Amino acid sequence: MGLLFVVPLCLMFVISFAGRGTYGGIVWSFSLTNYLDLLHPLYARILGQSILLAAGTTLLCLIMGFPLAYYIARAAPRRQGIWLLLVMIPFWTNFLVRTYAWMFILRTEGLLNTVLLKLGVITTPIELLYSNTAVVIGLVYGYLPFMILPLYVALERVDRTLVEAAWDLYATRWTVFRRIILPLARPGVVAGCLLVFIPALGAFLTPDLLGGARSMMIGNLIQHEFLVARDWPLGAAISCLLMLFVVGMMSWSLRAAKPLVQQESES
Amino acid sequence: MHAKEMILALCLALFLLGGNLACQRMSGDEEQKTLHYFTWSDYVGPELLAEFERRHGVRVVVDTFSSNEELLAKLQGGATGYDVTVPSDFMAAIMIQQGLVAELDPAMLPNATTLEDHLQHLPFDPTQRYAIPYLWGTVGIGYDSAIISTPPDSWAVLWDSRYAGKISMLNDQREVFGAVLRSMGASMNTKDLALIEEAKVRLLAQKPLVKAYASDHYDQLLASGDVVLAHGWGGPVARAMKDRPSIRYVVPKEGGTLWADCLVVLQSSPRKELAMQFINYLLEPQVAARTAERLLFASANKEARPFVPAHILDNPAIYPPLELLPRLEWMTDVGETLRIYDRAWTELKMQ
Amino acid sequence: MKQSGGWLWRASVANLFFLYGPIAALIIFSFNASRLSAAWQGWSLHWYRALWADQALQAAAVNSLWVATVSTLLALLLGVSLAVGLEGLPGRRQRQIEQALLLPLVIPEVMMGVSLLLFFVLVRMPLSLTTVIVGHALFNVPVVLVIVRARLRKLDPRLLEVAADLGASYGDALRYVTLPLLSPAILGAGLMAFTISLDDFIVTFFTAGPGATTLPLKVYSMIKSGLSPEINALSALFVIVSMGLIGFSLLLQRR
Repeated sequence: MGLLFVVPLCLMFVISFAGRGTYGGIVWSFSLTNYLDLLHPLYARILGQSILLAAGTTLLCLIMGFPLAYYIARAAPRRQGIWLLLVMIPFWTNFLVRTYAWMFILRTEGLLNTVLLKLGVITTPIELLYSNTAVVIGLVYGYLPFMILPLYVALERVDRTLVEAAWDLYATRWTVFRRIILPLARPGVVAGCLLVFIPALGAFLTPDLLGGARSMMIGNLIQHEFLVARDWPLGAAISCLLMLFVVGMMSWSLRAAKPLVQQESES
Repeated sequence: MHAKEMILALCLALFLLGGNLACQRMSGDEEQKTLHYFTWSDYVGPELLAEFERRHGVRVVVDTFSSNEELLAKLQGGATGYDVTVPSDFMAAIMIQQGLVAELDPAMLPNATTLEDHLQHLPFDPTQRYAIPYLWGTVGIGYDSAIISTPPDSWAVLWDSRYAGKISMLNDQREVFGAVLRSMGASMNTKDLALIEEAKVRLLAQKPLVKAYASDHYDQLLASGDVVLAHGWGGPVARAMKDRPSIRYVVPKEGGTLWADCLVVLQSSPRKELAMQFINYLLEPQVAARTAERLLFASANKEARPFVPAHILDNPAIYPPLELLPRLEWMTDVGETLRIYDRAWTELKMQ
Repeated sequence: MKQSGGWLWRASVANLFFLYGPIAALIIFSFNASRLSAAWQGWSLHWYRALWADQALQAAAVNSLWVATVSTLLALLLGVSLAVGLEGLPGRRQRQIEQALLLPLVIPEVMMGVSLLLFFVLVRMPLSLTTVIVGHALFNVPVVLVIVRARLRKLDPRLLEVAADLGASYGDALRYVTLPLLSPAILGAGLMAFTISLDDFIVTFFTAGPGATTLPLKVYSMIKSGLSPEINALSALFVIVSMGLIGFSLLLQRR
């Protein structure tokens, strides 16, 4: 299995140094032009904006997903599987159809604006669709289960007696959360953040549909280079750089999720 | 974990895969008598396929792709097994040039002799040796005549600030540049760097007026009234007309893109004869007419016209009036200059 | 714990509303007589009837379910065994291998798809549904790995020591101690992998052979001719059937 993805990866790495043929084929040569081209500030902006959006998405997923994950973790063991299924079922529908449903909700005359107008919360419709906000909403929606599931897996193991002991010692809700629940759930938090941040960084359909393709994220750029521009070498180069960045970030975060025993011995 | 357990897991995995392969083989088809058609969704109705299957005693298996670029990438990557596919004109040109397309035998394609006059000699394949046009049309502007009372006649209407926030453009680099270049009086296939730069500046100026760059759901945007001007292909605009009768379609005076989806036989196909018979069948007048009616794209076969309902023939979004032809142009590959367009497009998006 | 109960319950319900909101919209539109989501033209079962007659779409749905099931099982097998296997290694080596195994998660989908295609062509393996399954299993293994390892880190190693002291063999310890304790993680990871596989498009597109159409492939290609509410109907059916299964299992649990 290792061979399965190491070989194509190496192939891609090699391609990133090649040149693009006049009509889109690969001209096998060796040069750093692709990487040098990427030093243009335009690409840095694309990467920066993508990281921002992905980070925002991850944070929102964490904040929103934590309560539900905790609730499921504390539910009766037999019910937990059912709750998890309930969380996942919306995502067994087709992605395009879900995204179109969001577009219907967020449109200027869509469901959200109609409801808010009727309730008198706003007086003029909010232009939500075709903006970065809509993209974040779409991404958070799409990746929420990716956060809930790992969180649940970690939270399920949180020893109730520890929490109860803290209550008995008159700790506030916030202290219980901060000093007991959160540290114990840390591996789950790290796992969830990884599983949300990385795919969100490479998202391309959501920015195109919900963002009205008004902006380019790095996922769009890679798609564009491989398909429309037919520039596999440049696409490979961008992918390699992106992967380098993500791997670096991952190794830092994996170090952060130290095993429980070590944590105890350190505190 | 000890080696024993890992090997056990691996064996289980291989067993699973093998079982899957066996299942596939059991439900598989006799390879000789199956035609594999790789196409856009919905491009041929099931009843028409059934007719072909009955006539020739074969099975037709349809697989679909969603963009020309994906088709090319997959074929360039080396995928085989498909027999007939339907690239758009510029993609057909690239595929021919890359050697992915097999040569056709005119004797097997009698229906191809009655193509529309302007489609008989495609610029990239004048003798119909490789590609046969199947459906054709134009790229223009769909607009709501209830809001825009005088029919727009120039691409410049897409820059009209009266309709700010109610304009949609295609999410297609070449087409969007095509629109602005034409409004400047140039060709969409220009390689002039100064012109492209000027075009980029104009597009940047237009961006605040554009609601979205959409190649897929602008028919919905038009029908719902979210936009009053939509840059798009005729077919989807015709779809929108059904839900909002005030929608009209126009190809501006500076000209527009002429497009044609072409049927080709893949070089890697082991059933080239059957493939050509299939192409011939698709071009049969009544078959072609049914397809045109269903998809709302014009058929390339002249002989199909008598079988197409009048309201479709008269709809300029579907059957472009032949007077338009002098101002239409084909999209051609711009070679190295594509990188310039690319960079300009990326800059436009990042503004 | 009752003090935080009310707040937790409300937050969870809000979450569920968020998750199911678009689904409700989607289901309602499957009954829309009009094709476009913009205009509501009355209730109709037309799209369900169309779905019933659409054999190609049904075949694609079946393919998707099959691919998702098999690739999930594969990913679980490989992922769990790798996760547990890594545990026995020293810290630095563990991290290195873990990072390497997480690579498929990091690769942009287009590149993954194209790479897999090039690989299959290289080893002269003809494309088919099986190659799709392999591709899916490949990018799901890191997902399983991440989730299961998150759980493993919380496993008290002393439990395994105790088991050994009590005379259990390695295999027994695995079966009676490790795996049961991991079961929520395995369930969660399996659910995740299944869901990811069901909706995958790009990697599937590049690895699918002729005749191996899955649901996402079919649906995305409908973009050019307009997405039919048949898909809404199909999605609605998925949701309703799944809910039905849940309800059924709840009933069984009552017994």
